[in-house]
Parts: sequence; structure tokens; C-alpha cells
Amino acid sequence: MPGKLKAKIVAGRHLPVMDRASDLTDAFVEVKFGNTTFKTDVYPKSLNPQWNSEWFKFEVDDEDLQDEPLQITVLDHDTYSANDAIGKVYIDIDPLLSSEAATVISGWFPIYDTIHGIRGEINVLVKVDLFNDLNRFRQSSCGVKFFCTTSIPRCYRAALVHGFVEELVVNEDPEYQWIDRIRTPRASNEARQRLISLMSGELQRKIGLKVLEMGGNAVVGYLQCFDLEGESGLVVRAIGTACTLDKLIPGSEIKETLPSSSSPPPFSPSKLCSRQSSSSDTDLSLTPKMGKTPPPSSPFLTLCLLLSSPPTLDLTEFPFFTLTCFPPGFLVHIGGVVSARSVKLLDRIHNPDEPETRDAWWEEIRQEIKSHAKALGCHAVVGYSESTTICEEVCILSASGTAAMLNPRFMREGLCVYSRFDDASPPSCGFCHIPYDEFNMPFPAQLTYCYHCRRQKVPDVLFTTIDLPAEAAVTGKGCLIQARLCRTKKKAQGEVNATAISNLLPFMEYELHTQLMNKLKLRCMNALFGLRIQISVGENMLLGLASATGVYLSALPAPGGIQIAGKTPSDLSYDQHISTMQKRINDTIAMNKELYNIHPPECIEEVVGSPIPDRQRSRLFRSTSESSDELSELDLSHGKKDAFVLEIDDTDAVEDIQSLLTDAPMPAGFYSCNTEVMPGIYNWTSGLQMFTSVRVYRLNNANLTNQGLNKIFTDLCENLLKSLYFKLRSMIPCCLCHLNFTVAVPEEELIQVRRHTPKNTSPILFIFPINILVSIRELEFGENEEQLQFSMELSSSSERCSPLPEVRSRSLRSTRSLPCGAPVTVVKMTPLSFLPRTRIVKYLGIINMFFIRETTSLREEGGVSGFLHSFIAEVFAMVRAHVAALGGNAVVSYSMKECVFMENPNKNQAQCLINVSGDAVIFVRESDQEAIPPLITCGQTSTTGADGTT
Amino acid sequence: MSVELDVFVGNTTIMDEEVYQFWLDGYTVNDAVKVRMEGGVLEECEASAEVLRSDTMDQYRTFQMCERLLHSPAKLANQLLFQIPPHRQAMLIERYYTFDGVFVREVLGKKLSKGTKKDLDDVSAKTGVTLKSCRRQFDNFKRVFKVVEELKGPLVENIRQHFLLSDKLARDYAAIVFFANNRFETGKKKLHYLTFQDFAFCAGQLIIVHCNHSRVLMRPALIGKEFLQDLKELKILITDKDLLDQHKSLVCTALRGKTKAFNEMEANFKNLSRGLVNIAAKLTNTKDVRDFFIDLVEKFIEPCRSDKWTAGDMRLYLTHYTNSAHILDTFKHQVVWDRYMGVIKSCILKMYHD
Repeated sequence: MPGKLKAKIVAGRHLPVMDRASDLTDAFVEVKFGNTTFKTDVYPKSLNPQWNSEWFKFEVDDEDLQDEPLQITVLDHDTYSANDAIGKVYIDIDPLLSSEAATVISGWFPIYDTIHGIRGEINVLVKVDLFNDLNRFRQSSCGVKFFCTTSIPRCYRAALVHGFVEELVVNEDPEYQWIDRIRTPRASNEARQRLISLMSGELQRKIGLKVLEMGGNAVVGYLQCFDLEGESGLVVRAIGTACTLDKLIPGSEIKETLPSSSSPPPFSPSKLCSRQSSSSDTDLSLTPKMGKTPPPSSPFLTLCLLLSSPPTLDLTEFPFFTLTCFPPGFLVHIGGVVSARSVKLLDRIHNPDEPETRDAWWEEIRQEIKSHAKALGCHAVVGYSESTTICEEVCILSASGTAAMLNPRFMREGLCVYSRFDDASPPSCGFCHIPYDEFNMPFPAQLTYCYHCRRQKVPDVLFTTIDLPAEAAVTGKGCLIQARLCRTKKKAQGEVNATAISNLLPFMEYELHTQLMNKLKLRCMNALFGLRIQISVGENMLLGLASATGVYLSALPAPGGIQIAGKTPSDLSYDQHISTMQKRINDTIAMNKELYNIHPPECIEEVVGSPIPDRQRSRLFRSTSESSDELSELDLSHGKKDAFVLEIDDTDAVEDIQSLLTDAPMPAGFYSCNTEVMPGIYNWTSGLQMFTSVRVYRLNNANLTNQGLNKIFTDLCENLLKSLYFKLRSMIPCCLCHLNFTVAVPEEELIQVRRHTPKNTSPILFIFPINILVSIRELEFGENEEQLQFSMELSSSSERCSPLPEVRSRSLRSTRSLPCGAPVTVVKMTPLSFLPRTRIVKYLGIINMFFIRETTSLREEGGVSGFLHSFIAEVFAMVRAHVAALGGNAVVSYSMKECVFMENPNKNQAQCLINVSGDAVIFVRESDQEAIPPLITCGQTSTTGADGTT
Repeated sequence: MSVELDVFVGNTTIMDEEVYQFWLDGYTVNDAVKVRMEGGVLEECEASAEVLRSDTMDQYRTFQMCERLLHSPAKLANQLLFQIPPHRQAMLIERYYTFDGVFVREVLGKKLSKGTKKDLDDVSAKTGVTLKSCRRQFDNFKRVFKVVEELKGPLVENIRQHFLLSDKLARDYAAIVFFANNRFETGKKKLHYLTFQDFAFCAGQLIIVHCNHSRVLMRPALIGKEFLQDLKELKILITDKDLLDQHKSLVCTALRGKTKAFNEMEANFKNLSRGLVNIAAKLTNTKDVRDFFIDLVEKFIEPCRSDKWTAGDMRLYLTHYTNSAHILDTFKHQVVWDRYMGVIKSCILKMYHD
């Protein structure tokens, strides 16, 4: 009995009326863990019951503690008939199992019912007493910390990065079991919620075991996904990066971060060897130096000295890292994006305990990724992620990452520090240098000497799935670049369908790539970060959506323009047509240069802390002016013509040009990117707003040509962006970070039910949910903004701290009109791994929640939009409540991984599944002075308190 | 191609105050979109009508979901569903409970019953306020009425605390509740010139003195039980011929030469005095209370107005009229008189305009 779980039910509030006669409720609570259930007394006739129960104690194995959630059910007592359930609360107690995370869960939780949504709240206290268990063969992995964050968490230092961990568990989907025919959908959905909660607990425990085996104590970049395979079952899988993390003690590490060149590099080969012998299946001996990346404005830049050392890493299985952001110097070179896809036919999983087929499928893909990386001369893959898309029995598995060379040495930051003002030392450009052999290139590419150091070769463009390294030298600002593609496909079944899809895939990848390349050139940029390509399958179409953040890396050559060429240049009007097109393109490029501040030197000066030295700038300037000459040369010399020359005869090319030019420019004051930080912008305020948007469109039959579909798809995406800009107009200047699109084409059977008018024989419904998780960060700009700043709160130094001026300043004024202050803690949510201008002081544990909501009165709830709107709001509320109960005030690295929506308007029904995850944290606001040396404790807890009232 | 579903949810609930106003005013989504388009938001953000429509729909949905909470504003602060900064909460509540002057003028003094609610379409047609908005406002009145009816303590403070309203709005609601409870007649043609604010002010005057406890006392100040008899005693001022003459000469002496309307004042003194004192006597009868304002206008304000008194004349007259009574040696009800005249004077001064 290595653990004792204790729970206490304190009170309820805002309960629904369960007894129509008295307009009151006789509520009591069942508390269940594993197979043990306790009950509170009935608190009669109240909507705000005060149970104040005793402590219910569960003595359980820590294995169960990890797997099982605590289930709290609120019921209405009924003397004559069965008790009615009001709703449930599932509490994941995992955060209590780690000594460094939360110690108690205490707070108001929304009582959730799959049919009625949130029905009041319940106040619960939960504690865990753990006994030490030294059993070597234990099945639990208590104490291993999990982080969704794809970088080393802010208040930790990575002592060792062990490498890739993965696991998957499968089960039958309760919705497809025989029992589902006789039970209510509500019971079935509750069973599903419970099962998934259990499965993710189990998965986490198993991954934890692997980490312990490797000698680590944490999983960073933990990515868990559900595959709802329908008939063939339910797969929950996860990948992550095992690490050994040391907690940073505020104060002690200040010395370390200061450049003390006196200290010798503590390069310790012994350490390297020591950890090896353990027989973990994925093992990579890597030791990054510091957990803390300097802010982009830091005057110190690190230069990697490892220019010529050959890869010496001992790579046993998969040298993959789910991290996208690394300590400086960790990344030596980047090869490029590697990705692999495979189309599979689903079959029933016969033995859930041996999910061999699924494992084998992923194994295959990972091998492929690994060999791709090798071909690029790289020994590791960073920014690695996996995903699936399922349409009936066809399933596409995808994996992608960035091939890279990592630094196997233990480097100290003090070793090679150059001042920004030192003319002889360019900022770091090492990661751009090619890792592969110049004379034996894996693909045709144009190589030049690095525009920074002039010593190494760099490619002409660089695509990656990781975030922009903090030390990278960037010219101008970045922007979001999207490539969108639709392809029709014949409706088919089984193997024929799978073959058709796999035949289409390479073409889609190629076209998406071409589109990205063209759009990149059009914006006069030369590198993509955070590239994410999603391909979704529908009954009769395939959808591809690639998003990335384009940027101009100073180390790479300036991109050439785009030239249009006609194949039959005989007709005069035709020539004219081409030249007008060419002119439009050239104009757009010129406009974009202005827009993104690329190249005019006076603009560079505006960027605060731009790490580009004068010399570099002038060189850069020169190189862009040369671009036209370069262009013609490139046209002839290389096979990658498509990136530069568009031949207009080709219908595809016409389409390409159209899609190039139809991208509406962003309204002034807006910036957007899909990475964590916006390249070229450094002056964030702490104003932050996260939101989710979902849209579903129905397509008419008429538009079923590829071109028509493409146009529609592009318009949809553009409209959505426009809509966002419009909604957020009051926050200008603002940046939409981590803009993350998800597309899906739901199965058609849904559709057929929806229309009963015979006129529409087969209206193709094109459900298209886009979940966008965006955080907005305000920028400080002109004087006007400064005047709005709020100076009462930060007593001493408020000069440049203008955090979301309007909201906070007003909030204080208005508190007088409200009684008793706001009792609800404000919880911020963000898909970023940090909150600008704040310091995360503690990670409280991972949040991983799964909800199902259904309705049988769709019209009454405001139709599909009303239904989903309230469901998403409820999900947010439940996430916030859990974080607040853990004692946190924010969720970082938040993401909505799954949002599956189904409806049947004829029956007035709808159902939706949502899966969200993130890291619960406590943050404190940093005053501006303290922001410069980022590790000093600011001790200004009072500011968070004040903020908490907003 | 059509949009089937379009949802936008922020962690901090995003609301547009302008759209909120349209929603409160009972505009349909289409109308709101139209007005917004004319308002020129589109040009400023390069958005299309579609974008505007989607935004408006989103906001309307949010408001609809919030409406339930706005019915008991205290809940808004500790609910978990929407994360709304306090200043926004205050704004939402205040605007939700704000009413249209023209609308309230129509229902002021009416019973807040189902019957009245059924007639709201007429009110809507008459005032130009949409039926939806009329219903909201009417329900607000009714809700506030129901809550304070059951409560002890000062009326305004109760409303303020329960509905988290600003002081001004709480006072207005107190007036509405007060009028509804006493069913004051406000709809007669002669009273049309009076605005809601005039009535609200008078209500404030009438409430100020009393209303320290519960529903029984949600009545004019002057109807306190111990007061009833005393008010009747004031009648002596007009029934006793000597007293009336004495009072008149005292007032006339004081006024002589100070106003142009002196002659009219002198000529009308007895009528005016009778009017005021009779109103006091009538207050003792609950049924007659509802005629308070009409009496005031008919018996006092109209005669003065036809004699072209200025507001200054009125003030002067009432001051001396009140004070002179103290000098009357046979008049014993000074305290009651002061209390009564204090209220009446300020009411008349407020109501004396075109």
C-alpha cells in the first residue's frame, strides 16, 4: 500500500434545481477511486449545500494512483425513485505524486454532465500521502515529471537529455461495444471519458517507467494523441523526450549566466560515458549546457566552435527529440525537414495488451525518418512530431521533424562569448551551415558561403520544424506563411481507396512545397520555421495545409525574385499578360520588403536589440541589390526551377500565381506567426489572449474540380484570418503567435442524414473545423501606448511596463463597484511555453483532459454554433478550475489536440469530443528592470495578487 | 458553400460594447450588421460583410449565454464559465439594467403584472423601442421589484447590493419600484410633460424620509402610521378661517415688492393653500395616493403656470408659505408641516417646468 489518497467534499454552489416542486435539490456526493466508493450525507433542500464531509481515505497502489482519476459524482437524492445524477468531476491526481509539483488540490470544480454541460460547482480538497517504495520491479513511475512544453522548462536546467520515448496503448472503443446498443448515449459517453482518462494515465505511467529506466526524471515535449479508429478500437499514443532536469534555485544561477570567462569549460567525458550502459531502447548521450536561453535582446551571443567535429554520437535507436527550442549551442547544424507518411488499412485490434501492429507501423515510419536524416548527413531529428488522420478504415500516419547535428559536448556559456559591438565576431550562424557533404549533396541546392562568417557553406533556403533559435541573426520581421491544397479523389473502399490516397500523397507534398517556396520568395524571405504539414482525408477529397513562419536569416543569401515565363512567347497580348503578372509579382515583393522591414537599413535600426552589426548590414544590402543577376543565373543552372520560374502555360502555374497573389496582406498593426516567438519583434507586453475558433463549411456539389476546391479552401482560410484580425482590432498593435490550424473532412455518412430534400441528391458536406490557438501579444509602440500604462501597481519602475493597459488600469478602478472582490482566480491560458514579461516560478503538473458533450435538443441550444460555443467555453472553464485548484494561475503550452464534431439535425442531436493539454504553472510578473537579468527573483508577489483580481 | 458552424471563444471573453448595445436594444443580427456596416467599421479594418456577420453572431451568442447570469449579477463574479475582467462585468451589468427613458415613462406606476407585459407591444409601437428590449426592461423592473419586496433595510442600498448597480441606477430603480408599488398615476395627459427624471426625483424625495423597513414601508414617507392622523390635522390651515387669513397676510407681507406676480399670488393664495393641504389629507387614503401627482399639477402647478410665475417666484412663494406657518400661534403641527412641505416643495420645484 504505497499511497493514501484523501478527499474531502466541502460544499457545492449554483446547483441546478432537481425537484420541480420545491425548486430545490437534495444533493449528495459519491467519491470513487478504483473500486472503492464513499458517500456524503444528503444535504436537503439547498442549491448551495455545505457537506463539509470527513476525509475519505483510499489506500491504493501507486500504480493505481497514476492510472486512475478520482471520480466525484454529485447526485440528487430521491426517496421514491432512482437518484438522479447531477454531474461529475474527474480529478487527475498525478500532479500530487511528484514532490516538486502541487501538494494539495483544493478549489471549486465545475460539475460536468455530458448532456447538460456545467451544472454548478463543487468544492473539493484532495491530498496524497506517498510511502517510499524501493521495489526495483515496480510498475509505477511516480515522480517523473511531464511537460507539454517543447523546450527545457523555464525554471529547470537540463543536466542530461536522454532521448526519445514513445508508447501506445489500445482498447476497444466503448461506443462500438455490443453494450452500446442497450445503454443510453450518456452512459456510453461517460464510459468513454472514463476509459480515456484511464488509458492516458496508464500511458503516462508506462512512459515514466521507460524514463526511469533511462535514468531520467522528466519528459519534456510530451505529446499525447488519440486515434479514434472507430470499429477497430481506440489508440492512445504518446511521444516525448526523456531528460534529467535540475531545478534552478533562484539566485544561485545568476553567477552562472554571467559571462565569467575565467572558469574553464567543465567538459566531462566521464559523465558522458556513465549514463550509457543502461539498456534503454532510445539512448542518446547529449548534454546541453544551460536550461536557460538568453532573451533575444541579450547582448551576449554564443558562437559554436564545433565547426568540424564529425558526428560522434552513439545512436542506438531513434535519435529523435520532440523539443523545438534548445539551449544555445545545442544545435550545431540543421539539414532540413524530414517527413514520412504511410497509408494503412485499419483492422480490429484483437489483443489490446499486445498492440503490435500499431507499434510496427510507427516503427517503420521512424526508421524512414531516421534514414532521411542520415541522407542529410545528420545524426538526429529535432522538432519531431507524429500525427494520424483517419477516414473510415483508411489511416494516414505521418511523422516529421528537422534533421540536425547536435552538440555532444558539454559547453559552458562563458566559453565563447562575443560582444555584439565587437566587429570581428558575427552573431551565431552556425546552425545554418550545411551538415552534409558539399560534393555529395542529397538534393540539388544552391550553396553559397555564409553571409555571416563567410567561412562555411549555407543553402539558399532552409525549412525546419523547430522554433527560430534565439541566437539566430534575423533581418526584418517574420510572418505566417500557409500553403493550401485540395485534391479530389474517387470515392472508394478499402484497399483501392488506400492505394488511391498513397498515389496522391507525393503530388500533394510536392505542390505544398512549391507553394511554400513561392510564397517565401514573394515575401523576400529565405527560411521557414515551425513548418507543420497536415494532410486530411475525406471521402472524396484530400486536403493539405502547411503552415510555417517565414523569416529572413541574415546568414543565408537573399532570395531571388519570381520570374514568370511563357512557353509560347509569340502572341503579343500573351506577352503583355505575362508582363503584367510579372509586374504585379515584383510590386508585391517590393511591398512585402517594406512590410516586413526586410532590407532598408534605417528600418533595421528601429528593431530594438537587433544583433546585426553594421558591416553585416551593408553586405546584406548589397546582396539584395544583386538579386536580379543572381536570378537569371539560377534559372539555368539548377533543377529546382519551379521555385523561381513559373511557366504560365501550365494550368497549375496559373493556379499558383493566383494563390500567391490572392493572399490578402495583414492589416496594419497585426503580425502573425505559428512559432513561439515572432522573429524581429522583441518588445512584448504581458497582455495575452488565447482563443479557439472552429468553423464548419458545407460544400456544394458544383465545385468539385481541383481548382475550384483550391480556391474555396484558400478563401476559407483567408476569411478566417480576416475574421480574426477584425475581432482583435481593438488590441492593435498585436501579434498572433502560435497560430495553429487543423483541418478535417468528416465522413460523408453524417451528411446524408442531414438533408432530406430530394433536390439535393448528394450534397457534399465539407466539415472543416479549424482550431486556432492564438495568443496575442501586444507591442509597445508609440508614445500613446506609454501614456496608457498603469503605474500604480508596479510601484518602483513602471517606465516601460505597459501590460495590456486598458484592462488592468480599469480593473482597479472598477473593483470598488463590486463587493468582496472577484473570488475566482484568473487563469491565463497560452499555447506558448512562457508568458511574456513574467517569470514562471513553478510547474504544477500536466493537464490532460478529455471531454464529451452531447445534446438531444440542438435547436434549443442555439444550433450547432451555440452548442459548440458553450462546450468550448465549458472546457476552458474546467481547465481553469483545475489549474486554480492546483494553486496555479496559468496554463502554458496549451493545445486543443482533438475536436471531433458530429451532428444529426434531423434528430436534433449533436456530439462533440475535445481533448486539451498543457502545463499548469505559477507565474509572477516581472518588473521591467528585473527583466534584463532574467533570473533574479523579483519577489513582487503582490503584483500577481493584484493581477489576480482581473 | 455555406457556413454551417462558426464559433470563436476566447479564454478571456471578448466582447464589443457596441454590439452589446445592439443586442440590448433588441436588434436582430441582420439589423445590427447593417448598422455596423453603416458605422464604417468595415473601412477601418478592411473586413467583409461576412466577417462582420460572423463577429456579430458570435457576440450575440456570448451575450445570450451571459444573460442567465445577468439576472442575478452577484453570480457573474463567482461563476466559472466566463472569465470576464471585473470592469467588464460591471459594464455588462450596468448596461443590462439601463433602461430607456421613453419606455419607463410608459410603464411607470403600472402594476408589474402579466397583463402589463402583454401590452408591451403597444408600448413598443408607441415608443419605438423594440419589443425585445421592452421585455428585457420590463423583466428587469419586475426582477428588482420581486427581490427588494422581500428585503429589509433601505431600498436604494438593497438594490445596489443585490444587483451591483451604480448609485444613480439603483436610485432610478428604487423610484420605479416605488411607483409600481404605489401605482401612482403618471399617464394622464396633464402629466405628459413630466419626464422620468422628474418623477424619479420626486420619488427620491418621497422615499428619503422613510423606507427603513420592508415592503409595508415601500410607500411614501408621509404615510407612516403615526403620521396619518397628523397629516389630517394640517387641514386646520384651510378650515379655520382666521388661520387661513393670518397665513395669507403673513405670506403677502413677506412677498410684497419682491415679485412681479405678487398680485396673482395674493389673489390665488387661498385656492393654492387649499390645494396643497388637501393633497396632504388625501395621502392618508391609500387609494388616493395614486393621484398625488395629478393633484399636484391640477391644484397647484397649473394655476401658477397660467399666472406666469417664474421658477424663482415659485421658490420664493413656497419658502415663505412654509415659513410663515411657524409664526401662526394657533398652529401646533410645526414638525409635520415642515416634513410635509419639505417634500412637497422640492417636488413642485422639480415639476415646475414646461
